[in-house]
Amino acid sequence: MRLKRKDLLGIEDLTKDELEILISTAASFREVSEREIKKVPTLRGKTIINLFYEPSTRTRTSFEIAAKRMSADAVNISTSSSSVVKGETLKDTAKNLEAMRPDCIVIRHSSAGAPLMLSRYVGCSVVNAGDGSHEHPSQALLDILTVKDKKGGVEGLNVAIVGDIAHSRVARSNIYGFTKLGAHVTVVAPPTMMPKDIESLGCAATYDMPAALKDADIIMMLRLQLERQKESFFPSVREYSRLYGLDAAKLKRAKKDVVIMHPGPINRGVEISSEVADGPFSLILDQVTNGVAVRMAIFYLLLGAAKEEAA
Amino acid sequence: MSDKAGYAMKNRLVMDAVAIDRALARVAHEIIERNKGVEDIVILGIPTRGYHLALRLQAAIEAIEKMKPPVGAVDATLYRDDLTIKKDQPPLKKMDIPISIDGRTVIMVDDVLFTGRTVRAALNALMDFGRPHSIQLATLVDRGHRELPVKADYVGKNIPTGLKEAVLVHLAEIDGVSEVIVEAAP
Repeated sequence: MRLKRKDLLGIEDLTKDELEILISTAASFREVSEREIKKVPTLRGKTIINLFYEPSTRTRTSFEIAAKRMSADAVNISTSSSSVVKGETLKDTAKNLEAMRPDCIVIRHSSAGAPLMLSRYVGCSVVNAGDGSHEHPSQALLDILTVKDKKGGVEGLNVAIVGDIAHSRVARSNIYGFTKLGAHVTVVAPPTMMPKDIESLGCAATYDMPAALKDADIIMMLRLQLERQKESFFPSVREYSRLYGLDAAKLKRAKKDVVIMHPGPINRGVEISSEVADGPFSLILDQVTNGVAVRMAIFYLLLGAAKEEAA
Repeated sequence: MSDKAGYAMKNRLVMDAVAIDRALARVAHEIIERNKGVEDIVILGIPTRGYHLALRLQAAIEAIEKMKPPVGAVDATLYRDDLTIKKDQPPLKKMDIPISIDGRTVIMVDDVLFTGRTVRAALNALMDFGRPHSIQLATLVDRGHRELPVKADYVGKNIPTGLKEAVLVHLAEIDGVSEVIVEAAP
């Protein structure tokens, strides 16, 4: 069993088998976090650098905890306190970090493709922790694991992803992941936030939220990036919330066994009401718990075995 | 049976279902005798087949003592010493410690004792779960060729083998048939 790749840059280029290896390995790793001594020696002596060019609490902490529970040494770099503010390019930063011989760099960047570029400059593994509006693979993996736990499988399920699809890397990674595993994904957004040709990724698209909710087994709400209002993607937060926010009234139309997910951080009362976010259908905190296990699995599968000799 | 004789033959059947049952029944008696009962005992098998042997030992002990020691699984994968040497990451197996091992006697069960490296890894894994009073090792087959100072407390059968031979333990629960086969070197 092996993920025969150096990097994890996105879900798009993973095979179904690779997805399943990642998910089942992550499920096994959950047990480690349940122990009194939450640490295994598996990645002793490995160095993992978290290079975050965008603010993040959940994802960065989750990667850091995952590394530490595997006994790897984790180093965090956030751009506000690094040479980036002095104008260093990504390439130079990469080359300098590589000179310190890390085994893996986890990168979050506001530009799509930054992890791919980084992976070409460095010999160590690169993990994409979110790049622009492109992909957020570890988020999709933890979402799939959460759904698998709750529903027993993914195949045949109806997944509704609601929100700013155009700017969402979470949506894109989840569309790739869930469709590869045989789920039916419908994306729901106001016209200004619906990318053209999104159906080419293998999902359905609609502007009609109530209709999409009716058949959904999974409702995945996306965070409304409030700063987008300045860019005129929606007239007012209130209007967006009324049409595309999930509250108890809209939820009444959904299936009885529907589950609600959100990648966080949530804007309470905007895309999701507190009643729903904290309610019995919500899996939001399960997602966070699974996030650590998924990232442990990523590290194990990328760093756990001997380096393949260059062919 | 010498290495030479084994080498000359192809695959040889060294234990059948009855022989396995008898060996486990004897080991169950030995565990009870040595520990003067089974009050503070927990049996932990190393997956996959060690776990099923642990369940069999539990049943054998219950038949004698009318008491059922708890059974669990201890997966040594994350503690192996060859993870950065092997080309493939071994899949994780079941880790299930049913009760606190603090102060208890742990009977660790594996199907084949060979280099001793798996046992070393499993010992380290166990230590992360507490401080047992003692750990004893039971194995269905001891095939020799130890690379670490590890010794079994209970052995179903000592089977001398060539280093390149493989010892295959099949159990009805997983494989449909219970037997131990020594496979000749390729």
